[in-house]
Amino acid sequence: MKTKLFQVAFGMALILTTAGCANVKPWQRGTLADYTMRADRDPIGEAQMEHIWFSREMASGGKGVGGGGCGCN
Amino acid sequence: MRIKSLSLLFVTLLLAMQIHAAVKVGSAFPDLKTFSLEGKLPENLEGKVVIVDFWASWCGPCGESFPAMDALQKKYGAQGLVIIAVNVDEKKSDMEDFLKDHAVSFTVVRDAKQKLVDKAGIGTMPSSFVLGTDGKVVFTHNGFHGGTTVKEYEKQIESLLKK
Repeated sequence: MKTKLFQVAFGMALILTTAGCANVKPWQRGTLADYTMRADRDPIGEAQMEHIWFSREMASGGKGVGGGGCGCN
Repeated sequence: MRIKSLSLLFVTLLLAMQIHAAVKVGSAFPDLKTFSLEGKLPENLEGKVVIVDFWASWCGPCGESFPAMDALQKKYGAQGLVIIAVNVDEKKSDMEDFLKDHAVSFTVVRDAKQKLVDKAGIGTMPSSFVLGTDGKVVFTHNGFHGGTTVKEYEKQIESLLKK
């Protein structure tokens, strides 16, 4: 009896805690729609980061950049 | 015992999913006066065609829809159209800033507690409900798609005003 009660309580707790994970409603997206959430909010910073990735990580054409990973472009 | 346990789990699951009936075409729209909305609602909506439009300052298409909605209010207001724009911003100042750039002639209220919008159960921003003279939802709109949406509104408003 006690085990069953525990199982039910555990099940309820599991459902209540896991169901709340991804419940952002359309009218609650103010924070997500904020300018600071944009990946391209800082064009200069982004260009610098792209250059670093391109030069140091031997990334070739990862973001539309041509050439090799020598950092000489 | 097993059935009881399963029922209890099922009820919990329903609660957890926060299932509630969204306002659908054919059903009566909830009474706006019961939701403690900030701002002044029109005195008498009896016999009027009402558009309840949910919007927020951060929503791009909402900004596009405002001039169009204002034009609709000016065009059909005298014939009995009432547009009520319900803001769902968390901060009142965001709404006020938005309204400075988008001055409109229709009613704007704020659903600060987001109870009405929750009850309406909308799926996109903006969303609107076109109510007939009997207060029942006749048409719904999800999003704003420029001229296409305006044409739909005009057609729907004219059909309802004729009734």
